[in-house]
Amino acid sequence: MEKVIDVQSLRKDFKSHSSRSGLKGAFRDLFTRNYKVISAVKDISFTVNEGEMVGYIGENGAGKSTSIKMLTGILTPTSGIVRVNGMDPHKEREKFVRSIGVVFGQRSQLWWDIAVQESFRLLKKVYNVPDDVYNEHMNHVIESLDIGPLLDKPVRKLSLGQRMRCELAAALLHNPKLLFLDEPTIGLDVLVKLKIRNFLKEINEKYKTTILLTTHDLTDIEALCDRVVMLDEGQIIYDGELAKLRSNWGEGKQIEFQFGEQVSGEQLQPLLKELEAEWTKGDRENVWIANVVNEEHVISEVIGRVVAANRITDIKIHEISTEEIIRNIYEEGMRNG
Amino acid sequence: MGKYIEMIRVRFLMMLAYRTNYYSGILIYSINIGAYYFLWNAIYGGKGEIEGLSVIQMTTYVAVAWMARAFYFNNIDREIAQEIKEGKVAVEFIRPYHYLLMKTMQGLGEGIFRLSFFSIPGMIIVSLIFPIEFSAAFSTWMFFVIAIILSFIVNTQINLLTGVMTFFFFNNDGLIRAKRVVIDLFSGLLLPISFYPGWAQNVMDFLPFQAISYIPSMIFTEGFTGSAVWEAILFQLVWAVILILPIQALWVIAKKRLIVQGG
Repeated sequence: MEKVIDVQSLRKDFKSHSSRSGLKGAFRDLFTRNYKVISAVKDISFTVNEGEMVGYIGENGAGKSTSIKMLTGILTPTSGIVRVNGMDPHKEREKFVRSIGVVFGQRSQLWWDIAVQESFRLLKKVYNVPDDVYNEHMNHVIESLDIGPLLDKPVRKLSLGQRMRCELAAALLHNPKLLFLDEPTIGLDVLVKLKIRNFLKEINEKYKTTILLTTHDLTDIEALCDRVVMLDEGQIIYDGELAKLRSNWGEGKQIEFQFGEQVSGEQLQPLLKELEAEWTKGDRENVWIANVVNEEHVISEVIGRVVAANRITDIKIHEISTEEIIRNIYEEGMRNG
Repeated sequence: MGKYIEMIRVRFLMMLAYRTNYYSGILIYSINIGAYYFLWNAIYGGKGEIEGLSVIQMTTYVAVAWMARAFYFNNIDREIAQEIKEGKVAVEFIRPYHYLLMKTMQGLGEGIFRLSFFSIPGMIIVSLIFPIEFSAAFSTWMFFVIAIILSFIVNTQINLLTGVMTFFFFNNDGLIRAKRVVIDLFSGLLLPISFYPGWAQNVMDFLPFQAISYIPSMIFTEGFTGSAVWEAILFQLVWAVILILPIQALWVIAKKRLIVQGG
């Protein structure tokens, strides 16, 4: 399969000056400055094939945005090789950017003071899209994103959800092979999120558009991506299937018991003897959680023993959410690092 | 090329979106022209001419200088600075066009808007109130058109230069303000260059500023005649070419060291 993104030991260092403290320090800063080199991205390598939808996740400051900016040619790498759509993003900028679409959730790409359709018209000229291609493609996009009624309104009068759908349409106007989405669903309500997700799935199927998605909302990743690349402190700490991530880290279930009477840890401990399970105290009174492996006989054994020995008012069984898994990985990562 | 022309149109639409600015602009320019008219009348007193300009030529000079300013003046240095500070410049880098050229086109869209809805009607009003002399010669008008196009180019280039420096200083409001004063003073907007002392005139011959306002106004008032007109236009042309070099050089360096602020 064709490689759309090919990154080899990519690195970005920023030089930033650190201010000295106090008034005396401020005067000294006028003449000489202390510089510190900070590596935002440390020698990462990965490839993305055509038609893949990849979730690119990490905490704030993990280096996601910096690497996306290098992939889109906005920033120059300090070292390493980047090939996207078979081109060097920085060297062949004008030709390269015609082959990609970008949505930055936190910045608008549309012109603030003019109607959405005027922005579209300008972008159509900028990307040299012929009329017939534009009409066929954009009519479809406008219909699926349901933005027809918004076209004659100036961007500043749109709500966030409306604007985001227009941004997405603008990014897809030239039908790019590769789409970068940097937090596209930030601050959006559930309905708009669903609409955007369905739309992304549809274009991925229809045009085999490759999508690289960064987000803090893991439900986006779960709904769209089969593969995740996880960054921490500028390094890739996981690259692989989302399902595998779940099965490696998210083994087991949590059984939450609400007891009818006061119970203590010592009282409960013998109930889990010889089973792969342990107790943690819940956040409410008389609530205890049994963390167990995801095996049928263990789960039923635990429930059977607890119910036989105590009075129970409520039982809930939780699967560990992706969010928790990610949190575990980061906490683990920090402890190990 | 289509995309750059489309940008002129879009900027035109943006200007229409903010009509209040437009009305207040007409008022401010009229007040300025009026104030300078009375000031120069007082300075001339009974004298027929100073430094080769008659009082009517002087009034025309002031009126034309301000009306031409409406065409060549733009805030793209401030816009570039703001886009860099807010990190919006990132979005400009993912578009298949030359950012600075696109900014120039926005300036041009603004200039054409002001020229057609502001300078021309304004000039008609001013000529009804104050005694102003229009040349009848076709060649004067033709040279004037060439001169204000070149003055737009030179002024825009200086703005681009100031704007791009934001990449290096991150906050250059002071520089932008200083540039504005320098241009108003040294371009001949407030005072014709021929009124400056000899040594100052010599210095200004080596600076691009008189290409912005002094030359088109002098051509219009026929303060320049014969070969002086050609020399003046050559002066503008040479500066328009020379200024490309530092802009391009700074731009290449800026792109390399671009740090997108915020996000």
